[in-house]
Amino acid sequence: MELLAFGKTGWGDELFYATLMTIAVSITAMLIGFLFALVFTPLKLSKYKSLNLIGNFYTTVIRGVPELLVIYLFFFGGSGAIMFVASIFGYYEYIEINAFITGSFAIGIISGAYSTEVFRGAIQSIDKGQFEAAKVLGVKKHIQFYKIILPQMLRLAIPNLSNVWQITLKDTSLISVTGLVEIMRQSYIAAGSTRDPLFFYSFAAVLYLLLTFLSMKLINRLEIKYSRGF
Amino acid sequence: MDFELMINSFPKLMNATLVTLKLLSLSLFFGLLIGLLFAVMRMSKNLILNRFAYGYSYLFRGTPLLVQIFIIYFGFGQIEFIRESFLWVILKEPYWCAIIAFALNTGAYTSEILRSAFQTIKKGYIEAGKSLGISSKIIFYKIQIPIAIRQSLPAYGNEIILMLKGTSLASTVTLMDLTGVAKYIISTTFKPIEVFIVAGSIYLFMTFLIHNFIKFLERKYNY
Repeated sequence: MELLAFGKTGWGDELFYATLMTIAVSITAMLIGFLFALVFTPLKLSKYKSLNLIGNFYTTVIRGVPELLVIYLFFFGGSGAIMFVASIFGYYEYIEINAFITGSFAIGIISGAYSTEVFRGAIQSIDKGQFEAAKVLGVKKHIQFYKIILPQMLRLAIPNLSNVWQITLKDTSLISVTGLVEIMRQSYIAAGSTRDPLFFYSFAAVLYLLLTFLSMKLINRLEIKYSRGF
Repeated sequence: MDFELMINSFPKLMNATLVTLKLLSLSLFFGLLIGLLFAVMRMSKNLILNRFAYGYSYLFRGTPLLVQIFIIYFGFGQIEFIRESFLWVILKEPYWCAIIAFALNTGAYTSEILRSAFQTIKKGYIEAGKSLGISSKIIFYKIQIPIAIRQSLPAYGNEIILMLKGTSLASTVTLMDLTGVAKYIISTTFKPIEVFIVAGSIYLFMTFLIHNFIKFLERKYNY
């Protein structure tokens, strides 16, 4: 227990902040993933073959390649890419992007591929009659989406999105290879300096279990809220 | 785009692919055995066995694979008792540590897949078997298992692909698998995009093969 004390003697406060970092990266990544899903879901559902192809390329590549490889691509290639873009605008200094942004982006792109599939499935399983009824009633396109399709879609998507959230949360542990101090990295540091890896990695496992458990509880509440009337 | 590097790194990456495939096949083999064992335990009426199997799958599915590898590789070496026992012969090798972690992890997911497959078998099949006077052992082996295997094929195919991606974590415990070698080439040449394209294509090709193989099996065992 001494090892977990707060303050200078123990690792309690460090691990606490590391947990907050894990939560922050997971939420950021999940939101970035939603942005990607917002772009790629319509592409996958589009009538045009070429747009379908782009959407399918994204989800197939990201879901077929290991997360770690994607993270290495961003970690080693991220600042290079930014510097390339900057050089077009005449800026040639070295640019370093911080580990939080690279990490959230890498995990976000991965999480986005899974979210895209979830949204696609949810929209496709809405009864065609709903679209047709809206059309017949003369409901405008965007109101049709926000008031009719979205609420029904969310109800169907939430259980699967909770899976995506779990995957995203666990994937953030991989960002530790880039040096971002989240749960895994902090445990690695603590294990190295106290020579007690068993304790710290087991504690990390407990922290992850706690996070998954608590988020499941929260998501279940959302699920109940959105399935009112069903 | 440095095409020369892509061509030169290809043989090295292919060699590393062999390591990845070895890790994958061994962990799937042991994982399937573990999964079957825990699936049977989950369906047992014995509350202790049932709870234990549930706890096992909850623990391994709720924590990242990276934590599991680190606990086994870095953590277990710390226990005096393990270091002095015969287990140390296995646990001092990162190769076996990775396989143990992968097998336990995929075993947890497999047990859930198999359990739900067993539960979706129509009661009528079992009752029909019973009324024909077939012993419950033979009902299990000849009726329940074949149907469960067919039912779980699509989900198990996904699990194989997830495990293929999971083996990339072996590179964090010094093993030179496909991702490990890719990272090494990236960090010595600083050409991440080229290496990513080659290594990523190899992974995608394997995913493609696995996907189609499972599709083939699904069609073959359709009923």
